[in-house]
Amino acid sequence: MKYSYYPGCSAEATAVAYDVSTRAVCDRLGVELVELPDWNCCGSTSYFSVRELRSFGISARNLAIAQELGDMDLVTTCNSCYTVLAKTNRYMADNAELKADIVEALNRAGRHYDGNVNVRHLVDVLVNDVGYDAVKAKVTKPLAGLKVAPYYGCQLSRPIGTFDDPEFPMTLDRLVETVGATPVDYPCKSKCCGGMMMLTKEEAALRLCFELLKTASDREADVIITACPLCEMNVEAYQPMVNKQYGTHFRIPVMYFTQLLGLALGISAKDLALDKQVVPVDKVLSAVPA
Amino acid sequence: MSQNGSHRKEKIGVYVCHCGSNIAGKVDVPAVVEWAASQPGVVVAREYKYMCSDPGQDLIKNDIKELGITRAVVAACSPTMHEPTFRKAAADAGLNPFLLQMANIREHCSWVTEDPVAATDKAKRILGAQIHRLPFNEPLDSIAVDVNPDVLVVGGGIAGIEAALKLAEAGKHVYMVERNPSIGGHMAMFDKTFPTLDCAACILTPKMSALGKHPNITLMAYSEVTKVDGYVGNFTVRVKKKARYVNTDSCTGCGACQEACVVRKVKSEFDQGLGYRSAIYIPFPQAVPLRATIDPEKCLMLSRGKCKQQSCVEACGPQAIDFGQKDEEIELPVGAIIVATGFELFDCKNESTYGYGRLDNVITSLEFERLSNASGPTGGRIVMKNGEAPKSVAILHCVGSRSENHQEFCSRVCCMYSLKFAHLIKEHLPETEIYELYIDMRANGKGYEEFYKRLMNEGVNFIRGRAAEVTELAITHEEEGKLIVKAEDTLLGVVRRLPVDMVILSAGLSPQHDAKEVSQIFGFGCSASGFYLERHPKLEPVSTVTDGIFICGACQFPKDIPDTVAQAGAAAAGALTLVNNATVKVEPTISYIDPEKCSGCHICVGLCPHAAIRFNEEKGVAEVIEAACKGCGVCVAACGSGVPQQRGYLDAQIFAEIEGALAV
Amino acid sequence: MAQLVTKEDVSRLHKVFLEDMYSIPGGEKLKLCQQCGACSGSCPTSYLMDYTPREIIASLRAGMLDKVVHSNTMWMCSSCYLCTVRCPAGIKLTDMMYELKRLAIKYGLTDGSKNPTMTKIFVDNVDTYGRNWEVGLIGKFSLRHPSVPFKFMSMGLKLIAKGRLPLRPKSIKGRDELAAVTSFLDSKEAVQ
Repeated sequence: MKYSYYPGCSAEATAVAYDVSTRAVCDRLGVELVELPDWNCCGSTSYFSVRELRSFGISARNLAIAQELGDMDLVTTCNSCYTVLAKTNRYMADNAELKADIVEALNRAGRHYDGNVNVRHLVDVLVNDVGYDAVKAKVTKPLAGLKVAPYYGCQLSRPIGTFDDPEFPMTLDRLVETVGATPVDYPCKSKCCGGMMMLTKEEAALRLCFELLKTASDREADVIITACPLCEMNVEAYQPMVNKQYGTHFRIPVMYFTQLLGLALGISAKDLALDKQVVPVDKVLSAVPA
Repeated sequence: MSQNGSHRKEKIGVYVCHCGSNIAGKVDVPAVVEWAASQPGVVVAREYKYMCSDPGQDLIKNDIKELGITRAVVAACSPTMHEPTFRKAAADAGLNPFLLQMANIREHCSWVTEDPVAATDKAKRILGAQIHRLPFNEPLDSIAVDVNPDVLVVGGGIAGIEAALKLAEAGKHVYMVERNPSIGGHMAMFDKTFPTLDCAACILTPKMSALGKHPNITLMAYSEVTKVDGYVGNFTVRVKKKARYVNTDSCTGCGACQEACVVRKVKSEFDQGLGYRSAIYIPFPQAVPLRATIDPEKCLMLSRGKCKQQSCVEACGPQAIDFGQKDEEIELPVGAIIVATGFELFDCKNESTYGYGRLDNVITSLEFERLSNASGPTGGRIVMKNGEAPKSVAILHCVGSRSENHQEFCSRVCCMYSLKFAHLIKEHLPETEIYELYIDMRANGKGYEEFYKRLMNEGVNFIRGRAAEVTELAITHEEEGKLIVKAEDTLLGVVRRLPVDMVILSAGLSPQHDAKEVSQIFGFGCSASGFYLERHPKLEPVSTVTDGIFICGACQFPKDIPDTVAQAGAAAAGALTLVNNATVKVEPTISYIDPEKCSGCHICVGLCPHAAIRFNEEKGVAEVIEAACKGCGVCVAACGSGVPQQRGYLDAQIFAEIEGALAV
Repeated sequence: MAQLVTKEDVSRLHKVFLEDMYSIPGGEKLKLCQQCGACSGSCPTSYLMDYTPREIIASLRAGMLDKVVHSNTMWMCSSCYLCTVRCPAGIKLTDMMYELKRLAIKYGLTDGSKNPTMTKIFVDNVDTYGRNWEVGLIGKFSLRHPSVPFKFMSMGLKLIAKGRLPLRPKSIKGRDELAAVTSFLDSKEAVQ
């Protein structure tokens, strides 16, 4: 199984642990990742807020690079990157004029794109291409007794919505079961974390993260796993700010789902960059069988 | 052209209609009339403002009588509008109706052409085509077919019951086939009906009982129609009578078996899964026929091959249990069929945002009917899962309806039954707070708006807004343990969170899950909405494209009980019109296969979409079954030797039309 | 920053705005809005909005443009897509919010909130480096909104210590490719 890989800007900054753990897990599961050479920022939600055609254009440059790499699906780990890249494909397919403009723009940059690169999220690839059974077969340290709250965020199953239910997704829940842990069902699993609003209107984002942390904590989750760098930042790095705002004392470990998966696959905490969390994860590490 | 000579034999009358300004506003009618008068064979050419009116028709009639015209063409609207009108006029004056043609210079010309000059030219061509064709028309007579006076009604809900009773009272013999073990349909499940608040069972069961006893009605419950052959007046219907594993002649419906059965916890379909029945069961106490049925999947004897106790056999006085019973297939000859197979409730699991199936105390409308009903699983107590009465209830409108994500149409009855629910809750639990979340309040029947007003008076909280979600996520202390309904109160412009104990989903009505397959058994199709297709949405709501087969009730489209009963009466009248006569007239514009020319290649037999061609083995030729032929023309086109000819559409006629159109 | 003051401004821009809204992919569906409010009810940040998403659509259609452009509604949108998924008329509300953001920035009509500033800095960074630069984003942002760095100071330092916040921007080689793409598409957008 070979895929072209789009890490996303956060992968080299706030979400460096996501990139490290992704590579480690994929290596262990036999998934080959070929990083796109000289990829650029997809634009995320912000570029789209300023310019429409241009943001499709810069997103499409990455798809053109992926096309050059060969006939493989493009996998990304960030919800926002996934939505932007997949949306670019979809809108190009629905709108001939848009497609023509973007193709011409890319041609002028010396790039070529037909519109046929399939964009996937890593969760989709792991549960559908690798499969739960294959993952289970490689689990050497089942995380029995660990209560895990999977946090999907908004843009994993919406609006593209092809591999999981838009409002009540279950793929990560099942992945948690596959590694021997117990998924926690809580109402915020695919609700918004506030996204970029943590910077521009933090009261909104803090409130959403508070609700998430509270319901996860009420249902006794030992750890929250995420599939998006921005979700992870908001729910984890900003936990102290949530506590300050609401007078709470949350200390719930948050990690990328690849980090949890990696632990179950027997990869060391160090190799999964688990030393980068702001909220300590030792409670989770102690649950990993020796 | 060899056809030219035939013109001189006929005397053609041309009548060009103004149709007010519909035609005359675009086409230069006087010019067309003048031109027509000069065409070969035309002895008179007239114009009139409204040809379809009595004076207009009289023009044709008078010319037939006084000028002795032998052919006529009316250049006006589409034949689907007035061909029958003008053909009848011709017949009344003594001219065979098939010697009159219409030239469509409205829908095909004045209504679709911008330029008046082009429109006038086109009108001449369209008219010219018919003038050239008419000499090749032959007189044709409608074919009379015998009619079987019996009628089949499929579906034993209120629609089917009403239609069957009407026909039986008119002296006709009716077969009723119902899929479930008892008739009654959805109405039997309801508590009260809006707006009168009549008890549904009280008004329905007398009809059910009358049907069960009626000497003219043969009731086959727990049966299904599997095949329909034949044509109007002469249908052959294959019915599968499913095995109840109980001898219905000896069973008295005493119910001792269901008390004795060892398998007691089967979710009752009639109680919408809120109550239980046994593996051998009578669906509800007023069932008609009042006979027991064994569920072969739950019965130990039938599913596993052995039941140690066989307590049902022991308890049955008349010894009616028969584990060896088999399904039975019979054939019924009938003259007309009424299909009244009803609806299904929209599956609320598909609207995941409201939490049905995931959150406790989110229930559907049918489930609420069973809760409220005194003969339901809780004895008429409206309670939550924990057995306590709810102190607050939210009723959510339009679930699964008016949405691109589910069903686009409005289900018509939900606003009214939602109001009814509010009233019933107020009646049972006067202190309970009720919120009705609606988008538009549709109260358009007799007494409906007044009912709405009544509910406003009863102090129900009406909030205009489609509920966005139902969640268990509590933010404040008051919300703990409740279901929170989030919606924008659009009249206030404020998003509200309503903490309630119970949520009722006013789900829309859906077509039956097998509507498409069933519609194909009977030879009509389905509309875009998935309900059965009527012949004309305005003027023929209970007929179908297949003569002799009618539809009525919710299977045609969601409707309330008054409309259902009215449609059932209309369908019964339609069937009665047919079967009250010994014969029925069938259009003669059908295919004719000359046995002298047919080579017996079989090609047309398989191609006929109406199974109207049979192969005569003795003679080695294909023959048209006249009453079944719909005159579609497929066999005419398919035959390599050009043998089948469609009467009224002979090759000679068609070619003449083409020549006429090009000759202008 | 241009402010809408005259009636001519409003009516001229109303036509432009409404046509712009209809011209985004799926934009014509705005005409099908039943005003049911499912969007507003679903929105996690509607409580912060001057006007709910539903009200914005009604205002747009009614020509009450000043309400729309001076509201903070689109700036409070977090792109969670719940409205889009739930709308019974199939309106792509999130995309509509993006278009409103774009139009507001284009005509210089913002509500003075921090959101437009941040998005513009983001775009500048991407145009310059081809990548997002978090430290630079916060830094330039703080120049406009000085209270910001104090709020995030302690957390920011922790992240830097953990190696999650590189101080220097990363630059791609294909910056000229990006420039070629964006300049061509800009010329296309100007034509529309």
